Amino acid sequence: MVHKLSLIVNGIKRTVEVKDNEILLDVLRDKLKIKSLKAACWRGECGLCTVLLNGKLVKSCLVLAVEVDGSEIITVEGLVKDGELSPIQRAFIEHGAFQCGFCTPAFVLASHQLLIENPNPSEEEIKEKLGGIICRCGTYLEIIKAIKSASRFYQKK
Amino acid sequence: MTFKYIGRPVPPQDGFYKVTGTAQYTLDVELPGMLYAKLVTSTVPHAKIKKIDVSKALQVPGVVKVVVGKDFPYRVGMYAGDRDLLAIDKVRWVGHPVAAVLAESLEAAEKAIDLVDVEYEELPTVFDPLEALSPDAPLIHEKMEEYRHSPAFRPIPGTNIANKFTLVKGDVEKGFREADVIIEEKFYIPHVSHCFMEVHNVVAHYHLDGTVEIWTSWQNVAPIRQIMALSLGIPHNKIIVKIPYVGGGFGGKAGLGWEALVAILSKEAGYRPVKLVLSRKEQFTSAAVREGFYGFAKAGFKKDGRFIAYDVKFILDAGAYADYTVNVGRAVGYSADGCYEIPNIRVESLTVYTNKIPTTALRGFGYPESHWVLEQIMDKAAEKLGIDPAELRKINLVKPGISETCTGERLREDAGNPQKVLEVLLEEIGWGKPSEKPREPWKIRSKGLALFVKGPAQPPNASASAILKFNEDASIDLLIATGNFGQGTVTALMQIVAEEFGLPLEKIRVDYIRDTHKSAYTWQTVGSRGLFTDGIAILNAIEDAKKQIFKIASEVLRCPEDHLELVDGEVRVKGKPWEKIPLQDIVMGYTYPNGNSIGGPVIGRGVFMSTHTTYLDPETGQGNPTIFHTFGGTAVEIEVNLLTGEVEVLKGVQVLDLGKVINPLLVEQQVNGGFLMGLSIGLYEQIKFDERGWVVNPNFTNYYLIRIKDIPKQIIWKTVETPQSDGPYGARGVGELTMIGVAPAIANAIYRALRVKLNELPMSPENIWKALREQRPEIVDEALKKFLEFKKMVEVKK
Repeated sequence: MVHKLSLIVNGIKRTVEVKDNEILLDVLRDKLKIKSLKAACWRGECGLCTVLLNGKLVKSCLVLAVEVDGSEIITVEGLVKDGELSPIQRAFIEHGAFQCGFCTPAFVLASHQLLIENPNPSEEEIKEKLGGIICRCGTYLEIIKAIKSASRFYQKK
Repeated sequence: MTFKYIGRPVPPQDGFYKVTGTAQYTLDVELPGMLYAKLVTSTVPHAKIKKIDVSKALQVPGVVKVVVGKDFPYRVGMYAGDRDLLAIDKVRWVGHPVAAVLAESLEAAEKAIDLVDVEYEELPTVFDPLEALSPDAPLIHEKMEEYRHSPAFRPIPGTNIANKFTLVKGDVEKGFREADVIIEEKFYIPHVSHCFMEVHNVVAHYHLDGTVEIWTSWQNVAPIRQIMALSLGIPHNKIIVKIPYVGGGFGGKAGLGWEALVAILSKEAGYRPVKLVLSRKEQFTSAAVREGFYGFAKAGFKKDGRFIAYDVKFILDAGAYADYTVNVGRAVGYSADGCYEIPNIRVESLTVYTNKIPTTALRGFGYPESHWVLEQIMDKAAEKLGIDPAELRKINLVKPGISETCTGERLREDAGNPQKVLEVLLEEIGWGKPSEKPREPWKIRSKGLALFVKGPAQPPNASASAILKFNEDASIDLLIATGNFGQGTVTALMQIVAEEFGLPLEKIRVDYIRDTHKSAYTWQTVGSRGLFTDGIAILNAIEDAKKQIFKIASEVLRCPEDHLELVDGEVRVKGKPWEKIPLQDIVMGYTYPNGNSIGGPVIGRGVFMSTHTTYLDPETGQGNPTIFHTFGGTAVEIEVNLLTGEVEVLKGVQVLDLGKVINPLLVEQQVNGGFLMGLSIGLYEQIKFDERGWVVNPNFTNYYLIRIKDIPKQIIWKTVETPQSDGPYGARGVGELTMIGVAPAIANAIYRALRVKLNELPMSPENIWKALREQRPEIVDEALKKFLEFKKMVEVKK
């Protein structure tokens, strides 16, 4: 069966037809062409397909598309406002919190959400929130540094 | 000398694209009319293919074609040349691609692969490389003599040996006769997967005019073109290989890939573009991984600590195909002596076929294996000799300018300063100062260390080149093929160009796509060679461009060329900086007020060729295999839970003699990343096979990778800078070095504190607990007693 979904993706209203068994990851990447989100395991283990679904971080490969009709989705593209990078994106660049960059959109998004919910996180809280995303290049230490340095921008808000 | 860019922590220059999600990877490439390919893979480890029935698969709506191996009996490869595109007449491991389905949608292709019926006649199998060496073992490759292998290797047809490497220096038997202490140990490392986040994936478009366009997630463009040209017979200039951003490589995207297969599939599909994306399971089971490894070592020492004899045999479990692994076998062989001077040494390194997954290079290949053996031998010898492990190393370290390595290469005077590396390492870890007592008495703390040395494992004639062209505003396009899969080398290379011309970094651009058609040639970016080889090529291109610039400026400024200098983007007369001309007035040619013009667009070209490297003698392994040696060391302070076998790294130290640090931020990334990868492979990773050759853990739940919660409390790094006069600014490579010492340093720390041997990886809680139980049960009992006492105390307090 084919379903028609309405979604708000990065602030833009989108409609898309999906089948019963389609996962949100495939709908976003293949149908709506949001290529920033990546995939590396397709079974909820790597966290690279993380998106913000109605303000919550989810792994989009574990979400059936039919379930999210009417939802608001934010991917890393949605963090750029008025042509300006968000503070967490600037901090990732400054601290070199990436190597190959394939996991970076997921880490940036999750870090951003962490700082919105908890503008001054402890190291343990950072590890807890980002624990589900894998970076094989091993830039975890730089990511923690970037989050700590961006923290003050989120506290002011 | 003060620099504007060299030595500065410039963030990687592609950061903007990566943090905004706009960096394009092969996974994101879609072409109009593109078909999807899926592979049918073998369900048996060793069998003749009797019949392949594709009729049911062809009935699935959207399926365009099913391709089988016997129609394309090409042999492909880079070193061993042993690989097929799809299984031709027999399958050699569980996961061996047998057929490929091409369909209009991925869904249709996935459905159809289950409907391809393959009939097998099963053959006897061999999974253990030691058994595979027996004369009555099943033969996995019957026609090895027909394979087109590189002259650096010695396959032995009629056996399962893909390469036999031997090295002999001095008289090892005499050495053992003179030795006071002899150590004999056996070591093992299981198969591990690279686990780069972007899986192998390729888009190929074979055009009707014979041109093939390839997009692929690979480290290097040149070998893909070379392999395709040699195996498929397509002229080089008709193969256009493009590599955009790459989601990690770690050696698993070097050498032979899937490109030749997907090109053939595109042709078979009626010249339509085809995309192949492996699943993570296929990445674990159908693509090449790191080999399994056995090391058998016998070492002889004099009472005063001198290491006088070393006899070592390495057996590499290469799996069903060994294309790159023969080079791993060679590298582990000639790096057997690490950074020690051993007068009598004998090495045999066999790369052996088995009915398991094919294997290939992984970060540092050969060196993590040889050092896992050697660095533990050093600590075991130290204990037996009653000499401190650091002191024993000091006694035996090579002396650049004087010492020879085991291949008979006399180390250049400026090869590095291993003594200083060791000194700094001891200082930073606080060697000799006891660790603080852990709060829980069933835990212990200990310190351990390992030294290492590494150079790029490459053919003797591996070259590099660079083209540097100026634009009208004196900005520069740097056309290089340096692989860009996360190491950041390209940023360091851009810093060199900006520095040399006195231009702001923003004026230097390197396109993100590597392209055989548009980038200057470089052999490969592997083995930590990129900065060194491509850096030299770029410096030569800069020199070439400067000559052209000074020639024009000398006419305009009426001044001899050698009285001119380039400062801040201007050519100035030395001593009279007001007599000058901006670069942008020269780089497209200079025009006089009346319109007369001289010069023309400036294009610099430069090459690197390693002129002193040689093939190694096939009998003795003597020769000069490498262009530089980076010396380094790792030290750790760890805490071991004696009840659970868990290891926690409290502090990790890496010291490296990098010659010159071009960019400390990039080095730190490599040090941290390499440490974590070394830790992950050291403590957790292992591909597990069942008795029929199936991988039982092909996913990130059952194959554990280090995650953010597992990182050590502290990792620090220091550099010793002994510039190598032929390196760019004196620099040597770093990327692969950073994981070599981690596992042996941890094993040594455990051995020092507990006298428990951990000769096998991974040092998982389970394996450590077992080793403790077997070797020192009294320690575990004592720890348990302390634990129970502690619990009782807590309860009483309550």
